[in-house]
Amino acid sequence: MSEQIPLVDYLVLGDGPHLVANECSTCGASYFDRRNACASCFGTDFHRVDVATEGTVNTFTIVAFAAPGIPVPFVSAVVDCDGTPVRGNLINVEPDPDHVSTGMKVRLATYPLGTDDNGVEAIGFGFEPTS
Amino acid sequence: MADDIWILGIHMTKFGKHTDKDTVDLAAEAVHGAVADAGVTMADIGVLAAGNLMNASAGFGQQLQKQIGQTGIPVYNVANACATGATALRTAIMAVKAGEVDMGLAVGVEKLAGAGLLGGGGQAKSDGKEWTPKGRFGAVAPTDGRIGTDTMPGVFAQIGMEYGHRYGGVDFELFAKISEKNHAHSTLNPLAAYQKRFTLEEIMGDMMIAYPNTRPMCSANCDGAAAAIVTNGATLKKLSLEQRRRAVKVAASVLTTDPYEEACQVLPNVNTLTRNAAQQAYEQAGVGPADLDLVELHDCFATAELVHYDNLGLCEEGGAADFFNSGAPWRDGATPVNVSGGLQSKGHPISATGIANIWEVCHHLRGEAGDRQIEGAKVGLAHVIGLGSACGVHVLEKAAA
Repeated sequence: MSEQIPLVDYLVLGDGPHLVANECSTCGASYFDRRNACASCFGTDFHRVDVATEGTVNTFTIVAFAAPGIPVPFVSAVVDCDGTPVRGNLINVEPDPDHVSTGMKVRLATYPLGTDDNGVEAIGFGFEPTS
Repeated sequence: MADDIWILGIHMTKFGKHTDKDTVDLAAEAVHGAVADAGVTMADIGVLAAGNLMNASAGFGQQLQKQIGQTGIPVYNVANACATGATALRTAIMAVKAGEVDMGLAVGVEKLAGAGLLGGGGQAKSDGKEWTPKGRFGAVAPTDGRIGTDTMPGVFAQIGMEYGHRYGGVDFELFAKISEKNHAHSTLNPLAAYQKRFTLEEIMGDMMIAYPNTRPMCSANCDGAAAAIVTNGATLKKLSLEQRRRAVKVAASVLTTDPYEEACQVLPNVNTLTRNAAQQAYEQAGVGPADLDLVELHDCFATAELVHYDNLGLCEEGGAADFFNSGAPWRDGATPVNVSGGLQSKGHPISATGIANIWEVCHHLRGEAGDRQIEGAKVGLAHVIGLGSACGVHVLEKAAA
């Protein structure tokens, strides 16, 4: 199997793909980006925590019109993963209001983005319906 | 006790496509209008706060001075996304309030006609030779479209849908009805970019941009400028009866950013900072939502207007759908909202918006709004949101004189 790289550094690949968050060691606020300090308590000590791979759609939109090069339509959503809000696309589902709704149960899923000149495959993530 | 702040003169240009005018031309037109309205000249102005996003690094305020009067006064070039106009006004107000100057001028201008979709893309497509992690997420490719959306119609669609998820009673048709109201209101506003009434069917059947926002449910990119001159009570007392009669009291002037809350870095939270700004503004002004005769709020998308009914306290928490369905925000309702046509129909030349909405309220408080006059208007509120986020709220009161 060829070498893989995640789309973002908070996506962990392997047997059980999942997301990791930077959690503030002082107040527990969690973030997905590189941090200078905690926006909530200003603490500077963080540790990595695994994020639940199943969740509920808190909100979504079906983007029909996007910047050039972005395939449309796609479903953008915020998923509540056991208390951690995660931004991601809903995938493996028809992108129309009859198939997508707030409150629907979803789980993390990965997909290939393409391969670079070194044969490295980039892997993205989204959320798919659990049923 | 600090002296009162007054709007002495204010002006907005026609919003729309101004192919024969550049950014400075439009701003100069707004300033000349405001100066004439105030009955002063550039020699009376002690500070200039200039808002423009498209030329934010170009020293826009100084370019403007070179066309309207280089008096050597300090210029503050301000940028705060869609709250830029309100930020310019707030800057001028702070200078007057601090006692450093007697009169301040704020101007906001944008040339946006034909600008298309805002907020998305930006990064070059990086699918290429080698996947290289970049930025704060260590992303090997642009995330817009792959991890949610960065486009404004999509972001604000999610903000409206989240409200619906939390409180219920919200669907595509409700959002479209909000847009129907604003387009209907705009038919009475000769300065609006669009003055066309749409049926609900036309709005729902138009091109989908980001569900549930169709094209007429999105703010209209256009050109426009607005300018205001503010002064203090002591200075106003020395002016003519006519100037004092037409002056509008700034009962509250507030600018907030979003405090940290869970999820606020995942999907922008436009709610809490608006609630905070509204609360501070009502306290400053000594009025409540029930006292408002009209509200101009930041309906950058139909989905945004709904949540701000709640955020500004125009309804009880969770009651925005019921508030709309009661007819309250129509111009003949209990709390008219966006009688100008709002950003969806009047238009949204970004940096002008936060002063143009003040102009609209002033126009009614002065009893000069013609066909769309809200009769007997005494108190009004103007609200803007710049995503990222900044929120400006101003409460305005008719002069007692």
